[in-house]
Amino acid sequence: MTTATQPQAEENLAAKLPPDTLQQWLRDMLLIREFEVRTMQAYQDRKIGGFCHVYIGQEAVAVGCTAAVEHKDPIITAYRDHGHALARGMDPRYAMAEMYGKIGGCAKGKGGSMHLFDKPNNMFGGHGIVGAQCPLGTGLAFATKYEDEVMKGGTNTRVTLCFLGDGALNQGAFHEAMNLAGILDLPIIFICENNGYSMGTAISRGTTMGHNITSKAAGYGMESAIIDGMDIFTVYNGMKPLVDRCRDTSRPIFVDMRTYRYKGHSMSDPRKYRTKEEEQQYESNDVIDKLANWLMQEGHLTEDAYDKLVKEIRKEVRASMKWADNSPEPDIKELYTDVFVEEWGPFLGTSPPQIVKDAEGAGNDEDDDETREDDDD
Amino acid sequence: MANLTLVQAINLALIQEMEADDRVMLLGEDVGPNGGVFRVTDGLHARFGGDRVVDTPLAESGIIGTAIGLAMNGLRPIPEIQFEGFLGPAYDQLTTHAARMRTRTRGAFTVPMVVRVPIGGGIHAPELHSDSPEAIYAHHPGLKVVMPASPYDAKGLLISAIRDPDPVMYFEPKRIYRAFREEVPEDEYTIPIGEARVVSEGDELTIVTWGAPVVQCMKAIENSEKSIELIDLRTIYPVDIDTIEESVKKTGRCVIVHEAPKTCGFGAEIATSIMERCFLHLEAPVQRVTGFDTVMPYYKLELEYLPETERISRAIEEVVAY
Repeated sequence: MTTATQPQAEENLAAKLPPDTLQQWLRDMLLIREFEVRTMQAYQDRKIGGFCHVYIGQEAVAVGCTAAVEHKDPIITAYRDHGHALARGMDPRYAMAEMYGKIGGCAKGKGGSMHLFDKPNNMFGGHGIVGAQCPLGTGLAFATKYEDEVMKGGTNTRVTLCFLGDGALNQGAFHEAMNLAGILDLPIIFICENNGYSMGTAISRGTTMGHNITSKAAGYGMESAIIDGMDIFTVYNGMKPLVDRCRDTSRPIFVDMRTYRYKGHSMSDPRKYRTKEEEQQYESNDVIDKLANWLMQEGHLTEDAYDKLVKEIRKEVRASMKWADNSPEPDIKELYTDVFVEEWGPFLGTSPPQIVKDAEGAGNDEDDDETREDDDD
Repeated sequence: MANLTLVQAINLALIQEMEADDRVMLLGEDVGPNGGVFRVTDGLHARFGGDRVVDTPLAESGIIGTAIGLAMNGLRPIPEIQFEGFLGPAYDQLTTHAARMRTRTRGAFTVPMVVRVPIGGGIHAPELHSDSPEAIYAHHPGLKVVMPASPYDAKGLLISAIRDPDPVMYFEPKRIYRAFREEVPEDEYTIPIGEARVVSEGDELTIVTWGAPVVQCMKAIENSEKSIELIDLRTIYPVDIDTIEESVKKTGRCVIVHEAPKTCGFGAEIATSIMERCFLHLEAPVQRVTGFDTVMPYYKLELEYLPETERISRAIEEVVAY
């Protein structure tokens, strides 16, 4: 199968799910949105250093794709990773503290915004080099298959989701990973979050066959699909059958996930490469509104409940910022930990896990901090 | 005990570790039925099957990236890169992922991977197949770098590397793949990473080297009437500076020998460490006998480039006479 499945009126699998599942999706998307709004604010306030790439606009992709797989299925992505980490269940406090460079971060503030990892939730990062995560995804899928088939003598049970941006389509590592996944029959879905721009370069200017990127998959004899990523129903409905098939056949699949980032590539992006009208067109048809409206129409959500949910999430994200604020700064000795597992020379070995637990005590005060409210962009 | 070449010793270590632990698996270009470009994995495909000895496309970034993913997800992959010159495409994966994963994730994800790479000149290969880039990888905290110079060490170091929880660059000096044999125990044993070997003891001069030039240094010592201590580093990083320090404090004189170009070669690091630790014990400046700051030549000039016995002997005489 090398032809792409066009978006179509497929079975509305999502609509048949229990309402509380869809309410949870709404909650997850709202959490990502609010988290990112506050992230931008914290970056402007210089609490977050380095670089910062927010996920606003693409929430349905991370939440919908994560919903279509099981918790045991590994996921890996590039540097625009906050949404995937939160969708996978990372505590926002750990994510925020990581970006603040504090000891309470998911990696004690050693990784930062681009490197959110969550082992208990099978989230394999956050990677900073465009496309370079693709061979790692191939390896993750290879490992699940090896473990299930070679070591346990059974059949493969897991699917790996490897997210990439459309800019990664032009990197060699992507093509090597696609070829390896094909030749080794690996259960992996490459999800290209095609937001139309690799940093400031429109896909039509930087990518051959940019109007039809499933042609990249055709070159590897790989099944592919085009999915509307601006609606969580189309994301889930499109992904679920692909995930099931990938699990059954152990064959790789490529997805052109059409999406849009409302904000710039990074915080310093002047966005001169696209028009305000284009941005407004997407924002006026917002992914979160779509789901909220549907839930209201179906009688699964009231205006009051929605307002309450929004407030609850604001409070949760504010608490994460406060927690990050109060989390201790890394000690100077952290310069030399976690380089190698064992202690030698200047390196102290790998940190014991209780360091994060120690940080749990810090800033756990959930008092409201109303001063930060209502200053959204 | 068996009398084995370095290639056979590596092959034996791979067999034993694969039999002991089914997480250990091999991947690389032609490592399967063909046994790899230097036949190091000869017979392993027949023994363990294509699921554990995996032929890959010619794609070094993909091979190393895939091995990193395998290791992060619980396996013990041993990728082979055919020549050190082909590490270029994989450099990104090695330095941006393998070396940093433990730090970046506070130890939640680690990369217990051994990258096997033939290294160095002396086999009449063209320049891209004869380089000595060990210092480049020693310059990336998070990677360990080893290079055995004998069959016995090759087996013990490889077993240590496979069991090591961190990524190890395992460089195999191709000039001595089959140059000589040595008694290698059938039983498993390990050579600790980070420990140098004192090949021969002496009290007038210390030679520090690693990899294939150990052979040339031994010849130079045989030809000299001086009492010379020869140290084979075995591990480039983390380097066993204590053993060097102890020796140089005793002899007061040191010659460092390596194949790589002189500028920023690992010898520069050792010479500086000797200056830092043994300054008042030195009777002469430390001298380096190395490759030249030029592209490794094709075979007609190969032996001019490599640190051959004659150049080492000359350095010994100069340093002793200083």
